[in-house]
Amino acid sequence: MLDYRVLPAGDTALVVEFGDRIDRELNAAVLALAHGLDAARVPGIVETVPTFRSLMVHYEPLVLSANALIARIGEQIRSLKANTAAGHLWHLPVCYDPSLAIDLDNVARRTSLSAQQIVDRHCAPTYHVYMLGFLPGQAYMGEVAAELALDRLETPRTRIPAGSLAIAAAMSCVFPLETPCGWHIIGRCPVPLWDQGRATALLAPGDKVRFVPISIQEFETLATGVSQGVLRLEPVDEIVGAAA
Amino acid sequence: MTAAALRIMTPGLSTTVQDLGRSGFQRFGVTVGGALDPLSLRAANALAGNPPGAGVLEALYVGPSFVVEADDARLSFAGADAEIEILSDTDAQHGEVISSQRSAHVRRGQVIRVGSLKSGAVLYIAVEGGFAIEPTLGSVSTDSRGKIGGWQGRALVAGDVLPLRSTAATDRDEYRLDGLDLAPSSRVRAICGPQSDYFSPAEIERFFAGEYTVSAGSNRMGMRLDGSPIRHCRGFNITSDAIATGSIQVPGSGQPIVLLADHQTTGGYPKIATVISADLPAMGRLPIGAKISFTAATLEEAAAARRRLATEIANIGDKMVRISPPSALVAARLFECNLISGVCSAAA
Repeated sequence: MLDYRVLPAGDTALVVEFGDRIDRELNAAVLALAHGLDAARVPGIVETVPTFRSLMVHYEPLVLSANALIARIGEQIRSLKANTAAGHLWHLPVCYDPSLAIDLDNVARRTSLSAQQIVDRHCAPTYHVYMLGFLPGQAYMGEVAAELALDRLETPRTRIPAGSLAIAAAMSCVFPLETPCGWHIIGRCPVPLWDQGRATALLAPGDKVRFVPISIQEFETLATGVSQGVLRLEPVDEIVGAAA
Repeated sequence: MTAAALRIMTPGLSTTVQDLGRSGFQRFGVTVGGALDPLSLRAANALAGNPPGAGVLEALYVGPSFVVEADDARLSFAGADAEIEILSDTDAQHGEVISSQRSAHVRRGQVIRVGSLKSGAVLYIAVEGGFAIEPTLGSVSTDSRGKIGGWQGRALVAGDVLPLRSTAATDRDEYRLDGLDLAPSSRVRAICGPQSDYFSPAEIERFFAGEYTVSAGSNRMGMRLDGSPIRHCRGFNITSDAIATGSIQVPGSGQPIVLLADHQTTGGYPKIATVISADLPAMGRLPIGAKISFTAATLEEAAAARRRLATEIANIGDKMVRISPPSALVAARLFECNLISGVCSAAA
């Protein structure tokens, strides 16, 4: 039986919290509960929003009372299977060329690593997509190698380009849109993570991601292909089970 | 024949297309958005004869001015009080002044100048038949941060031409609202949590006892408050989680921020309490400089208040009364008809 607590977030949402840290097992429970509640199509549940270690459930209290929803969540959690979340594996092309990586020098200074060592360490792990948030299609991927874990910038930049690949603490993100940002920019991804026309995100929570370094020439070829609509990224293969 | 439209002359401080928001996509990081004051938005649509959640213009603090590029049209204005001027054309200096909370019949070439809002922060301008804007993810709300929806995903600018679905106004009377309370409210009810355990019971008590001022840094994402800072007892960073509209986050400065319609889907500050859904419309109207304080509420009280608001929404139609045309206006219209018939006979 999983440990959890339910917290009110006003009268139309509540938070099911499985713990207070970033952890793949807690995240797997969050995603399994989200999938379970979504599949059950419970009348009165408006939408669910999975995050690192908790699930927000938005509901219509005049259809489904908080107490009835809490009871429903309890039932769902009792029947959770350990590895119900399935995800895709993606190979995401990213360019670490200094012309697209404004913070690479700064990260090198702060970590006492060379630019090449940063690239090697950043693209070594298979990342887990914990959640989407902040911007449409923005995936929080972890964990970044401990040597690359840095606090955010003291003064966030007012604007970074769409596709910026960035790191902060144990997380790596590709920012799908131009945005203010306090993360360290170490590259850029030519593939859009958010498809406005189809209202879909490329990555889903529970997916796995490997970053594949590409040259600036390859970046430009891919970026052109994307802008002409002739390039679409497909997952490399299907993997079953969230705990990798 | 050119398509019916409203041409924006001056956009006002920040005017966006809004409806009741786009829910169902928060898991992808898409903001819900929608009207800061959904009750006034519904009232504007009722006055215009539109479905309750049709897309309208939401003006903040200073309204837009625009030209009617349709044979005629019916507009409605609901929310903050304002002196709305209807000028005969773009060269006119002065025109007829009407107030908010009513519909109005306007003709081709007339200029509508909304000006500064008086009693609150938000005014909704609806047009009968609605704007001919395709929904994005089920909504026409403008998400400026995500550049989604509305008119080109941004606030209006001078020169924008907003297409209308109807080329002409229907033949009907004008209405005004009588007895629907659209005033801002300084007293807001809130439920503790989700992260009230980041604050000592004494600090939570101080939060509910305190009075805050809506600060100039406020926008559609959040209402920033100035007041006695609230201290955390376990630091001010949480593992980022999802945000509900109305949640009151307390960052390191201790100055609370009430998260409004355009809030990010996730965030990493503890949220001491969450404004109840029924009080969001009246709070959304509060202008910069207004006072605000919070009263602790239970889930039961919130549900009762939500039920009352639902009834109020269902009964908006009963609060609309017909505006009888003033006699001077009738005389002017007769004069206009005579003049036209005179011109016709002269030409014959």
